[in-house]
Amino acid sequence: MEKTYRIEVDCANCAAKMETAAKQTDGVADAAVSFMTQKMKVTFTEGSDPTEVMPAVKKACKKVERDCEIFF
Amino acid sequence: MSAKQKIMLIRILLSAAAAGLLLVFPLEGLWQLLWLIPYLIAGYDVLLGAVHGVVNREVFDEEFLMAIATIGAVILGEYQEGVAVMVFFQTGELFQSIAVGKSRRSIAALMDIRPEVAHLEDENGLSDCSPEAVEPNSLILIRPGERVPLDGIVEEGTSALDTASLTGESLPREIAPGSEVLSGCVNLTGVLRVRTTRPYGESTVARILDLVENSAMKKSRSEAFITRFARVYTPAVCLAAALLAVAPPLAAMAAGHSAQWGVWIYRALSFLVISCPCALVISIPLSFFGGIGGASAKGILIKGGSDLEGLAKAGTVVFDKTGTLTQGKFSVSQLLPAEGVEPSRLLELAALAETHSDHPISRSLREAWGGDPARHTLEEVTEIAGHGVTAKVDGTAVAAGNARLIARLGLSLPEAPSSGTVVYVAQEGKYLGAVCIADLPKDGAKEAVAALRKQEVSPAVMLTGDSPAAAAPVAKALGLDRFYAGLLPQDKVNQVEALLAEKRPGKTLLFVGDGVNDAPVLTRADVGVAMGAMGSDAAIESADVVLMDDDPRKLSLAIAIARKTLTIVQQNIILALGIKALCLVFTAFGITNMWWAIFADVGVMVLAVLNAVRALRAPVSKNL
Repeated sequence: MEKTYRIEVDCANCAAKMETAAKQTDGVADAAVSFMTQKMKVTFTEGSDPTEVMPAVKKACKKVERDCEIFF
Repeated sequence: MSAKQKIMLIRILLSAAAAGLLLVFPLEGLWQLLWLIPYLIAGYDVLLGAVHGVVNREVFDEEFLMAIATIGAVILGEYQEGVAVMVFFQTGELFQSIAVGKSRRSIAALMDIRPEVAHLEDENGLSDCSPEAVEPNSLILIRPGERVPLDGIVEEGTSALDTASLTGESLPREIAPGSEVLSGCVNLTGVLRVRTTRPYGESTVARILDLVENSAMKKSRSEAFITRFARVYTPAVCLAAALLAVAPPLAAMAAGHSAQWGVWIYRALSFLVISCPCALVISIPLSFFGGIGGASAKGILIKGGSDLEGLAKAGTVVFDKTGTLTQGKFSVSQLLPAEGVEPSRLLELAALAETHSDHPISRSLREAWGGDPARHTLEEVTEIAGHGVTAKVDGTAVAAGNARLIARLGLSLPEAPSSGTVVYVAQEGKYLGAVCIADLPKDGAKEAVAALRKQEVSPAVMLTGDSPAAAAPVAKALGLDRFYAGLLPQDKVNQVEALLAEKRPGKTLLFVGDGVNDAPVLTRADVGVAMGAMGSDAAIESADVVLMDDDPRKLSLAIAIARKTLTIVQQNIILALGIKALCLVFTAFGITNMWWAIFADVGVMVLAVLNAVRALRAPVSKNL
């Protein structure tokens, strides 16, 4: 399953870091962050629940970039 | 400016004012610690961020580097420089966030064709709702000046539609009851009642928005390079800084000279300031985004950065013939009457004899003639398969068909005309002449091929399922390098593969089709370009680049935009890396100081961002 979320992030490098962090989260098969459109596209692994995975993604992103926000 | 940016600006100004005051009153001894006030005003969040980074094992982030560099400067007693680095770093960040935010928004606005509201008309009268809530087969009202919210068919009203946001075409399109309207267009003059045909999610506007927004996700090779590069660059420069701080003093000590720790540590700290890869990391996606945004304003949708790169490197271009270079419908191109026969009479008889046929060729005859068959009598119509038709028109025996039909009638033909499909006509055993029918080239097709040649995109090849006799004159008229005729759909794929094998290295192969039946070829080519795709789902899905209207000249504009964007990207890579490398070398030898390091970081980023914004403006071509 694939979902797109609105994000807020200030710098492009930080967006790249968020992408790496999101990719390494359990339940995420793939993730792509677009700094330009301020969007994050997450592909979830089979059988995982986005409502459970997304808080973990957000936590992982906050860890690498204090100043970011994901809206889900 | 957002609230966050305003606060940052106030902090920078406060810090600069405090620093100015301290400069007026020279300080000595412990009083110099007063410099920490402007330092902390400007940079407390950088220090916090650095701590956060270390705690989470993200050591090489820019906040950490800035923190180390400035704390180092303060410890060395270079208070002014520590404050300056912090203030300039924050100014640069502020500028970046404002400039990038602004261009991001202007590009987004360019692409924002999202309709806000639909006026739904049902048994309860008129009500406003969001386009998402409207079911297919509902009746909606569109007032002048409003954006068409959903695809549909006009039931009532006439108007002109501005399709510029979909096609880049500035000429309004006239519509009347029965016309199809596509969401995203703007209704210009009259009130329209439209029966919707698709839900919002499947409508043209939603598909285009989806495509454009996702385009930024499909990363180009340059972007991937920069991400990888940044990952190596920062640690490498930090390592070099560590070496620079330690190795020369130790070597000096070993040689019996004074170590000069302060000098070398200062130089190492300058290294850290230069080590941030921001200029590249921000400017390259911004350039691509600008190029894609600028193209979409011209009715050219590019699905991602990698496709933009593919367009820029276009070598071979392969066109599908029908519907791409030609109009995709037959028209009478030439009348060749026998001596003493009126051309109009020739056409009339041909059209009348073929009245009952629904073949495209018969239709083109009737269209060219334009008369009313009901005013003539038509009897004994006989279709002879593979030959043509014989009939009694107004009482005379007329035959219309190919050369075999004429031969069957025992008549001899004059020299056969050279091109296209030919309908020969005979009346009462007498040869009347020939009507040539061809699929005529589109307006601008010739200019399109010429423009590509000017851009050094060659060879230009045409593929078609038509016979060589039909294809050759088109290829010649348009100035194409080569053509392959008589191809079945699977032959087209094979032919494209053969052309892929012989293209020049470093160049890409473009396939341009109208999206009808050529999805496999669109996918197989390096860059698949679908043309005239307004409303065609399959084309939008399988193509990499979509030209919204069916003007083949848009292709060379797309290539020009792509090339301009790539040039900007290359300029930025060279500019940023060049200045940084120079500053690193000069700093290592003590020629430049931390002020130069600040320029290499912040200044280069500002320049790169300003350069990147240029990508938004499409190059003006004289051919378009």
